[in-house]
Amino acid sequence: MPVHLIHQRFRSFITQLGEVSQLLMESIASFHHQRPSWKDFLYQLHFIGVKSQSVVITTGAATGMVLCAQTFLQFHKVKMDTATGAVVSIGMSSELGPVLAALMLTGRVGASMTAELGTMKVTEQIDALRTLAAHPVDTLVMPRFLALLASAPLLTAESVVVGIVSSWWVGVNLLGIDSAYYLVNMTRYTDPPDVLTGLIKSFVFGAIIAVVSCHKGLTCQGGAEGVGKATTEAVVAASISILIVNFFLTLFLSRVFYS
Amino acid sequence: MIEVRDVTKKFGNQTVLQGVSLDIRRGEAVVIIGRSGGGKSILLKHLIGLLQPDSGTIRVDGEDITTMNERSLLRVRRKYGMLFQMAALFDSLTVEENVGFVLRRQGVESETEIRRRIDEALDMVELPGIGNKMPSELSGGMRKRVGLARAIVYRPEIVLYDEPTTGLDPIAADNIDRLIRRVWETLHVTSIAVTHDMKSARTISNRILMLHEGRIYSEGPTSEILESTDPVIYRFVNGISTPQKSE
Repeated sequence: MPVHLIHQRFRSFITQLGEVSQLLMESIASFHHQRPSWKDFLYQLHFIGVKSQSVVITTGAATGMVLCAQTFLQFHKVKMDTATGAVVSIGMSSELGPVLAALMLTGRVGASMTAELGTMKVTEQIDALRTLAAHPVDTLVMPRFLALLASAPLLTAESVVVGIVSSWWVGVNLLGIDSAYYLVNMTRYTDPPDVLTGLIKSFVFGAIIAVVSCHKGLTCQGGAEGVGKATTEAVVAASISILIVNFFLTLFLSRVFYS
Repeated sequence: MIEVRDVTKKFGNQTVLQGVSLDIRRGEAVVIIGRSGGGKSILLKHLIGLLQPDSGTIRVDGEDITTMNERSLLRVRRKYGMLFQMAALFDSLTVEENVGFVLRRQGVESETEIRRRIDEALDMVELPGIGNKMPSELSGGMRKRVGLARAIVYRPEIVLYDEPTTGLDPIAADNIDRLIRRVWETLHVTSIAVTHDMKSARTISNRILMLHEGRIYSEGPTSEILESTDPVIYRFVNGISTPQKSE
């Protein structure tokens, strides 16, 4: 790749990072300028929180069952069958639950947000909003931002619980693990910080999905093609950000909780 | 009321506005004419702060809006209403919610008062009783009239019109022109429109400014501009694509 192209892409990346950070700051500052609209917030909460349940429940259940089966198959070789529950519980609570729920939310909610705001941008509805003395961040971003901050941890908790229950069912009924040992080991090795780690991560991931998706929508250019491009970019950017931030959060939170 | 001085605007390598200066006085009905793609809508968006110039100043009641951030501009924009080319109605809201959007955001507490003002605005654009319809159920002309109702419901001092008759049949276009004229006469607003529809310009303005090659080429009373013998203005007003042999 030519040097000038690398330079151009790096510059574009830094510019977008700056714009996303600025949008995050404006969203937080928006609380001082405008009282959140309860109607918009509840609408978004319903769209993001209630309507995403089937997706995150399915993801949690499938992940819990597969993780249980894979862990059991390896642990069975060294006669540690009953430790399966502990591995699934910790894995689901602190890593797989928040990351997979966030990735599913990016696909379902983030893409929809970008497409909606992008369409508003290219049809001049956002300009119309501005002429009506309404700030787009106050009116469009803040309700989505708040709803995702509230929904993401709850959906993650739901996904984790469903995953653990599914793994217990698979372990006990299909793989023949003793239920009492499964549960005892699970509760013995799963600490509150594991659960807290997952919830903190999901909160941060919710903010990432909201800000990245809204930014891509608000800066969308062109017509239908531009909206499609922005939507794809939003899903890719939010997903990669979640995976990268997850790594650093794991390191940071493990130091906070276990040092 | 509005003073524009030496405004320039570039998009990439293309210079759209190159030193535009103009004055618009309170209560005037001004139309900006010019070729398609000549920067008329860009200029209109500068007047309300939707776009910021690369250089130059725009003063509204003495305040320079080119140095303001988005939040400070919100205060200035309360003086404005704007009708967009495609109406730009919020497609997730009903007509009633679109028209009442500003009133509810401004915190007008009485729902009865909000409904009264919405009905009044819809009556003014001759669309009573369509409050429960969605924008997707309306024709192009009706959408523009609802857009106009939304722009005037909070009684702004200045109303901007971006190509108000584009895409409408001659009767619907005439209807919009009459409404624009009525809004100017009854609400005593300052009316600023951009258009390349000369019939519309004749109906809705008392002064015309012509934007040509990024600058204000000429300005004057409507009749004077429309009857001008200046070759550039004459060709534009009469829709002549190439210079005639007699010129």
